[in-house]
Formats: sequence, C-alpha cells, structure tokens
Amino acid sequence: MMVAASEILKPTGQKPAALTIDGLSLEFPTYAGAIKALDDVTIEIGASEIVGLVGESGCGKSVTTMAATRLLPEGRYRVTAGSIRLFGRDPFAMDETELQDVRGKLVSTIFQEPMSALNPTIRIGRQLVGVIQRHEAVSEAEAERTARGILKDMLIAEPERIMRAYPFELSGGMRQRVLIAMAFSCNPGLIIADEPTTALDVTVQAVILRLILDRAKRTGTSVVFISHNIAVVSQLCDRLYVMYAGRIVESGPTRAVLEAPQHPYTQALLRCLPERVEPKAELEAIPGTVPNLLDPPPGCFYRPRCPEANDQCFAKPPSMAPAPDHIVACWRRETIQPSIKASEATQ
Amino acid sequence: MTTAPLLNVEDLTVNFPIPGGWFGRATSHVHAVNKVDLTIRPGESLGIVGESGCGKSTLVQAIIGLVERSSGKVVIDGQDFHEARGRRKREIRQQMQIVFQDPQSSLDPRLPVWRLITEPLHVRGGMSKAALRARAAELAASVGLRPEHLDRRPYEFSGGQRQRIAVARAISTDPDLLILDEPTSALDVSVQAQIINLLLKLQRELGLAYLMISHDVSLVRHFCDRVAVMYLGQIVEAGPAVQVLDSPAHPYTRTLLATVPSLKHPLPELAATRVGELPNNRILPTGCYYRDRCSFAAAGCDRLQPLVEFGDRAGTVSMSPPDKAAWPRSVRCHRAQAGDI
Ligand SMILES: Nc1ncnc2c1ncn2[C@@H]1O[C@H](COP(=O)(O)OP(=O)(O)OP(=O)(O)O)[C@@H](O)[C@H]1O
Ligand SMILES: Nc1ncnc2c1ncn2[C@@H]1O[C@H](COP(=O)(O)OP(=O)(O)O)[C@@H](O)[C@H]1O
Ligand code: SF4
Ligand code: SF4
Ligand SMILES: [Mg+2]
Ligand SMILES: [Mg+2]
Repeated sequence: MMVAASEILKPTGQKPAALTIDGLSLEFPTYAGAIKALDDVTIEIGASEIVGLVGESGCGKSVTTMAATRLLPEGRYRVTAGSIRLFGRDPFAMDETELQDVRGKLVSTIFQEPMSALNPTIRIGRQLVGVIQRHEAVSEAEAERTARGILKDMLIAEPERIMRAYPFELSGGMRQRVLIAMAFSCNPGLIIADEPTTALDVTVQAVILRLILDRAKRTGTSVVFISHNIAVVSQLCDRLYVMYAGRIVESGPTRAVLEAPQHPYTQALLRCLPERVEPKAELEAIPGTVPNLLDPPPGCFYRPRCPEANDQCFAKPPSMAPAPDHIVACWRRETIQPSIKASEATQ
Repeated sequence: MTTAPLLNVEDLTVNFPIPGGWFGRATSHVHAVNKVDLTIRPGESLGIVGESGCGKSTLVQAIIGLVERSSGKVVIDGQDFHEARGRRKREIRQQMQIVFQDPQSSLDPRLPVWRLITEPLHVRGGMSKAALRARAAELAASVGLRPEHLDRRPYEFSGGQRQRIAVARAISTDPDLLILDEPTSALDVSVQAQIINLLLKLQRELGLAYLMISHDVSLVRHFCDRVAVMYLGQIVEAGPAVQVLDSPAHPYTRTLLATVPSLKHPLPELAATRVGELPNNRILPTGCYYRDRCSFAAAGCDRLQPLVEFGDRAGTVSMSPPDKAAWPRSVRCHRAQAGDI
C-alpha cells in the first residue's frame, strides 16, 4: 500500500502538533569553516505521540531538539533555512521570559547525565518544590505534597528520605527517576528525552522506560525520545526518524521501518547488530566512516559507504519520498528490496 | 582430552574498607567480590554479565592485580600469581592484559601511537628503539591501523580507532589472556561491529583467551563460549553462553534477560523488572543474596545457596571438565535445581 508522505506525517490526534520542524538547516561557524549540523530536517511530533530519533553519535539528534527549545549556545550557531513551531509558536521569535515560560510549562527536557541537571548543593525536595512553585501558584505544603506524589509515581519507595537527600547521595538510576519526576511535575505537553538511559544499566533502564511510557500514555504527553539504540526505540516509540550526518534518511511507524527498512543506511545499522547472526560469525560492519560535516560529499551523504550508489547519487541529495508504509530519502528506493534479514530481527 | 586451564580463580574475595571509625580505622567493608571461582581454558572466551555495581570490574582487576584481593587464589598456567615475586610475577602479569571501556582516558594523550602501542614492551626492557618501532608497525597492521597513524597522537583518532590502539597495545606482550571491560559500550554499533570482528580475528590467529565484561547480552552470546552471571559479588549462574542466555535457570538471570532491550520482545511490564535498589553490599544478606528481590523466594531460601551443577542437586561444580561438550552449567538456587521455577 502506498501512502502519501503528507498522510504519514500528519499528527494522529485532533489536537495540533506539539512540535513541527520544517526544512531546518543549521550550522556552527568555526575557524575551520561551518559545521553543517542539520540539513533540511523535517519532523513532526503530534499530540500524545511517542517518537524516536535514532542515529549514530554526531548525526544531529541533540542539535535538532535543542534548536527547537533554543538551548543551543546563543550566537554560536546560524539557522540557514527552515522554521520551527513549538505548540504553534516560533521559538526564534520569543524573548527570554516567553522562553522560560515555554521551557517550564510546555516542554521539559531530560538529559543523559542527571547530575548536571540538578543543583548539587540543594536537597532534592527543595528543588522539586521550587520547580512546582515556579509553574503553579500553590503553597509550600501543597507543593511538597505534589512532590511526594510524583516521586511515588516514579516508584521511589521512601519519598520522604529522597526529598531530604542531596543529589550526590543517590545512585544514577535514582537521580534519573527524580529528574523524570521533575519533568512530568508541571504537566508539560512535550517531553524531550535525550538519551536518558544511556548511562544506566539495563534493569534500571527498563524501569525508567516503563515509567516514561506509562506516564506519557496516561497524561497524553508527547515524547521525543533520542537514542542511538534501535532496540530501545523499537520498544518505546510509535514512530521513528532515522538520522544520518544531519539529514533525516527514513521515517515512519516503528514496525514498518524496522520490519522493512528501505534506506541502505537503516538496513546496514540493523545488520551490524550481533543479535542477528550466528555466534562468532563476522558482523556486517559499515565500511568507511561518517562524513566530515565541515565538508560533506556532494549528493547523498551516505554515498561513500553505500553499496547501492550510482551516478544519480552524486548529483543531488535525495529528498523524502513515499515507500510502502513509510518515507525514505534515497534515489534508488524503487529498486532496493526492503531488507529481509532485518525483518527477521523483529519477529 | 583435558585441556589444562589457562586461568584458575579460586575463592577470590575483595573487600574495600570504609574508613570512618576513630583514627580512620575501618569500621565496615564493601563486599565487592565474594568467593568467586572461575576457569578459563586457552583460546576460550568467558563473558561476565550483571547489573551495575555487582563487582564485575573489581573481579577482573583483582585477577590482574590492579586491585588488592582480600583472600583467594589466582593461578595462571599453573603458577600462583600472588605467591610469585619479582621478575617471575612481572612475567605472569604480562600474560594478561586489559582493555578498558573508555579508550579516551586509558591512553596518554602526549605519546605518539607507536610509543603507546609498545609501552608494555618498553617497560619490560631489552628492545632497541628501532625494534620497538618495527614491532609497533606490525601490531598496528594487525589491528587495522595504517603506517601513517604511528606518529599521530590519540586525540587525532575516533573512538573506534583509539580502541584499536588499545587492543594493539594489549597484545604487544603476546599475552595468553585479554581482559575486556566493556570494550565497545562507548562506541556506535557500526564501530562496535568492526572491533568485535577484529577481536574474533585475533583470537583465531593468536589463540587468545578472553574474559569480557559487557552489559550487552546479545554481544556476549555472540562473542563468548561461556558466560557467568554475577549478583552482589557472587556468580549465580554459569555455563555455555547460548544455553544460559537462551534458557536462563536462576531467577536473577531471568529478570536480567527480561529487561535487556531487544528488537524481538516488547518492553517488560514493571512487575517483571523487579524494581528495588541494589541491596547493600556492606552487610551481606543471610541466606540467598537475591532473596529480597526474588519473586520465587520460599522456604529454604534463608539458607546460603551453593553454586551447584545444574540438574545435579548433590554434586558440586567440576572446574576442569574434559571437553567443550561437557561444560557444566551451574546455578546458585535450590528452587531452580529442583525444577520449581
Ligand atoms: N576502590 C573502591 N573503594 C570502595 N568501594 C569500591 C571500590 N571500587 C569498587 N567499589 C565498590 O565495589 C562494588 C563493585 O564495583 P564494580 O566497579 O566492580 O562494579 P561493576 O560490576 O564493574 O559495575 P559497572 O557495571 O557499573 O561497571 C560497588 O559497590 C562499588 O561501589
Ligand atoms: N556548540 C557546537 N559547536 C560546534 N559544533 C557543534 C556544537 N554542538 C553540536 N555540534 C556538532 O553538530 C553535530 C551534531 O551534534 P549532536 O546533535 O550533538 O549529535 P548527536 O546525534 O550525537 O546528538 C556534530 O557534528 C557536533 O560536533
Ligand atoms: S541515494 Fe544512492 S547513495 Fe544514497 S542511500 Fe540511496 S542508493 Fe545509496
Ligand atoms: S534460592 Fe530462593 S530466593 Fe534465591 S534465587 Fe532461588 S528461589 Fe530466589
Ligand atoms: Mg546527543
Ligand atoms: Mg565496571
């Protein structure tokens, strides 16, 4: 079944999209030239949707969402094309007060390293109460009650003890749960989770993913989940975008993309996973390395590593176009078979 | 035919004193590794899995003497590592090398690649500068680095290339055993694939044995012949990697495997993740260490559980079985042994 790109990209609910990024190109000027971090990135996060952003380190996942919340260092980057709408508003047109308002009330970001997001000298309880009171006009006692409640929601057994603790007294997994509690505390419409479990071990990771998923589904919060781990994204996200060297190369419903990946890069990414081959057999590594973003190759950025490349791939970058059930940016999408082996992986 | 073990670890225990009493005297201890037995034969790979803080890194560091053991024995090629002295001890030590997770911090940023690679040889002494350089070129080639890389500094390399440098350095003394502490967890999957292929190639060519710590269960299943699952400083289950990881017997191994992210199964429900803080390793639990978190806990679990050959309730584990086919599977849980789980 062929579906038009615009159909697939449409948000699922009636409510307007939480985040739309349309054709965003962004660069960081440096003494050596401009690092072209994003090139023509188009993303839409519908209301109540959980969407994954996957790709190898340096492909632009964090820059994409930090641009949307204006968390990139001011004056150090340039938007060269495109636009962003966060709950219908343009973050680049906002002043500092508006931004603070949006970041606290509408959007919360959870980062990989929970320690850096907490103030090391203030007890957990005070920090939570502070966040709650910044967004709601409630009494101290009421804010404390809310704080205890959300800590309990995060399956923290002794909320009283945790509220009295300083950040360094908690394990990494506990700190991350506190931050997730904080992120949900002001009922945001959108949560951006940037590799929130990468530093944690698998048991704690599973708990945290569950807490994010259950809480988001219950409150109808949209989530952008950034990860380099395809397996994690496959367990959590309704839809996903695969990024390569600052461009989106494939996107669609998680199952459709992972069962029948059509971009040679997505296929290669799935093929190098050890869970898909016989023990000790050679893994299919991707030849070569990611392009230098100071001087990316002409045409398709994946071309120097792509086994399918032909002359057309040199001439012009491919744009997103429909493939069965999802969309792909590849000149040869009509001739490339969706990887059969990859579909075995999801069975 | 019996293959003599390359490494035999018996009853290895590591406690870290926690200063706090009067005059800074230790009042309590962190029980990081508790009576671990393990064997590795030449050319074999043993994987170690278990949650963060369970003692994996401490165990391997105690094996190569980077951390002081409290009791127990480490025997390499029939020689007791801790009993040996002086030159003999250094020789034994050079049969084992370690590669860490973070190639960034384990390589001296001031040294060119050829010096980094041959540092262990330089320390051993007896080689001219020219001979060291020639050996560096050979080693670099065997890990897929190019000759022009030899004079560059580590910061000029990507994470994957730095890990190649670390591997070249580790094999420079021609060791029998390479210890790999999460060697690819800081790398992207496509780079991980390259490093894993390299390690498997070196194993085929040099007959290396590996002791690998990893959080990635599918990687351990792919890379290792056998696996040991650790919980609170103990091995709770061990055996052929495919068997243990495809049909785990110990309740902890089951929980661990249920929470591993996979394309093949959905996110587990909270109930299956057995939430709970890691048990305190300052005061060891009585009875089965896993009892507080175990959903199968029942009568008899308050007794200390021995690691017993699976399916054989009476016997204890034979540490040097005759051949691969006879590798024992062992479990530290009386209910798993009885087939109640
Ligand atoms: N030098 C030390 N002094 C005191 N305690 C220590 C020391 N090194 C490790 N520990 C403790 O010993 C236990 C085991 O730590 P270890 O680093 O071996 O865990 P691990 O299994 O390697 O964990 P990870 O998966 O996070 O690397 C932990 O409780 C840790 O806090
Ligand atoms: N402040 C900055 N200055 C210069 N380059 C940057 C900056 N932030 C990010 N970049 C570059 O932008 C690219 C994308 O980075 P990022 O979005 O952080 O990747 P990831 O996908 O790993 O999150 C990388 O090449 C990175 O080096
Ligand atoms: S456009 Fe060409 S080079 Fe790019 S992924 Fe498709 S076939 Fe490969
Ligand atoms: S001995 Fe008892 S408590 Fe321990 S793992 Fe087995 S069933 Fe669980
Ligand atoms: Mg990032
Ligand atoms: Mg460790």
